[in-house]
Amino acid sequence: MATIWAIGELVKGAPTKLTLELATLARKLAETSGGTASAVLVGSGASAAGTEVATYVSTVLAADVDAALNDRPVAAVVAPRVAALIAQHKPDFVLVGASNDGKDIAGALVGLTDLPILYNGAAIDWHESAPRVEMSTFGGKLVTHSTFNGTRGIVVVRAASVTAEPAGSAGTVQAVTVDGVTELPAVKVVDSVAEAGAAAPIEEARIIVGGGRGVGSQEGFRMIEDLAEAMGGAVGATRAVVDAGWIGYSQQIGQTGKIVKPALYVACGISGAIQHKVGVQTAGTIVAINRDADAPIAEFADLFVVGDVFEIVPKLTEAIKARKAG
Amino acid sequence: MNIVVLLKAVPVVGTERLGGDLLTDRAVQLEANGNDEYLLEKALKLTEAHGGEVSVLTVGPAGATEALRKALAMGAARAIHVDDDGIRGSDTRATVAILAAALAKVSFDLAFVGADTSDGQGGVVGAAVAVRMNLPYLSYASEIEPSGDGVRIHRLSAAGYDVLESPMPAVVMGTQLLGAPRYPALRGIMQARAKPLDTWTVTDLGLDAAAVGTGAATTRTLDASKPPERAGATFVREPADIAVAQVVDFLTSRRLI
Ligand SMILES: Cc1cc2nc3c(=O)[nH]c(=O)nc-3n(C[C@H](O)[C@H](O)[C@H](O)COP(=O)(O)OP(=O)(O)OC[C@H]3O[C@@H](n4cnc5c(N)ncnc54)[C@H](O)[C@@H]3O)c2cc1C
Ligand SMILES: Nc1ncnc2c1ncn2[C@@H]1O[C@H](COP(=O)(O)O)[C@@H](O)[C@H]1O
Repeated sequence: MATIWAIGELVKGAPTKLTLELATLARKLAETSGGTASAVLVGSGASAAGTEVATYVSTVLAADVDAALNDRPVAAVVAPRVAALIAQHKPDFVLVGASNDGKDIAGALVGLTDLPILYNGAAIDWHESAPRVEMSTFGGKLVTHSTFNGTRGIVVVRAASVTAEPAGSAGTVQAVTVDGVTELPAVKVVDSVAEAGAAAPIEEARIIVGGGRGVGSQEGFRMIEDLAEAMGGAVGATRAVVDAGWIGYSQQIGQTGKIVKPALYVACGISGAIQHKVGVQTAGTIVAINRDADAPIAEFADLFVVGDVFEIVPKLTEAIKARKAG
Repeated sequence: MNIVVLLKAVPVVGTERLGGDLLTDRAVQLEANGNDEYLLEKALKLTEAHGGEVSVLTVGPAGATEALRKALAMGAARAIHVDDDGIRGSDTRATVAILAAALAKVSFDLAFVGADTSDGQGGVVGAAVAVRMNLPYLSYASEIEPSGDGVRIHRLSAAGYDVLESPMPAVVMGTQLLGAPRYPALRGIMQARAKPLDTWTVTDLGLDAAAVGTGAATTRTLDASKPPERAGATFVREPADIAVAQVVDFLTSRRLI
């Protein structure tokens, strides 16, 4: 009878999509293992956010925290409270999302609880007495499955490793107070700076249009934005163009950027270097537009248009707009 | 300001493979983890501007020496190599314990870690080491600078960045936005030969040898296989108008638009 927890994440008081995926995953693992599943939300507004999460899992433990703590990094607030709840309730397995805050939380939890950890989970199922974690390793050359030797641990789960599906009946939200919290050493958030023109986030996008060095310039990147807008998608990029300053680092896909799993990735003027490939190789469908038919992206694209991005991309944007209008 | 950079030696990207025991084969040629080199570069720039020295610390097999020599050639003053046959197969908990024990023997104002590693992509070791050592942890830095007696960083956020401050010593995880690493100059390569490269064992760190390595691992790899091949690309070589129509048909058939 394993107890499985999903640690949620709140952004402006609302649960992220990844949180709903984790809640769904916890529920499914509990169903297969004959155990119980809960989601845990920590933050100001946790109880209020709990209602939505409770449509995915039978119990939500919500620890509301004083807004005065909002001047600390998210992980510094969440990790010590989750650690205290773990000490109190002793769940067997704890699922954490592979977002930036999620990885900070997971790392801090290892430091605080000394629990075993498996990360980079792209698919998770139940194997004997523990979760089995599928990972894509070495730039996608291998798929491995790992598990825990014991019956406790933390699993860091990537976005889109499972589809969020509401449960048959709504669960309950339990407000919990957390006792015995040992705060982490002080780090203060002294300012939050919004940068103009921040593009739509790529983590949860169903469609991503990526631009690489082949688009030529910052102005060239406009046509990528136009195509993304016509398709209702987000804009992605390679490191080369982020380094060139054509677009912000938040849009970078790959080893040092984000790992994404959209239903469709349109790669424009992107060679498909291994460090880029690792970020997007599990996309449902990949369309490449590149004038070099021998570019490495041919190895993992589904459709490869051999042509000039300056010619193809604007025409594709128009064709999609026309189709949507018609 | 003294900075220690935690630098992992990883198999050269593209050449990674698993051994028969399903552990990463680290007997192959190793190189410094690309993400750690951004931190090394920033550490060198900070000490050049504000004084102090840079040390690099790695936990890894004998083959890691080359990555350490390169770091010395780039400008680090000292390298520490925790090299012990017993470490092979260590899980994340053991790696964290070893790094924390080694750091406890080094005097530093800032410890730098990379965003993640090319052979593991965990991105969790830095936070765990910081918590274990009871030090402030600041992450996803695009800028790092001293501020009074402490450190101030820009941490990437969805909208832009947050400005974070903490006292020192502290652990800082940074990103590629810190700037591209320099290439070692010939002079640096010559000087590196005279710089100290210390080798420590698990016993030197006061750790129980039974608490690390394969025997103490709490996780295991069950199997490894080649991923299902993507079907392979269909090439479209028609003139632009026809090509675009084919793309639209393709996307429609897959219900993507
Ligand atoms: C440690 C490390 C980490 C890295 N992390 C990342 C990462 O996270 N993400 C990432 O993306 N990269 C990363 N890289 C860099 C990576 O190795 C590649 O250099 C980078 O992805 C290349 O970007 P690109 O495809 O835009 O450029 P290029 O490789 O220069 O490719 C440009 C492509 O555009 C095509 N092209 C040019 N003009 C046209 C045109 N008019 N019409 C059509 N096609 C055209 C060319 O045929 C070519 O294939 C990393 C590298 C290292 C060492
Ligand atoms: N064996 C190691 N030796 C030195 N530093 C390490 C080691 N493992 C991890 N690190 C540091 O921790 C960071 C994150 O590693 P990981 O959590 O494994 O992705 C790396 O970028 C390094 O800075």
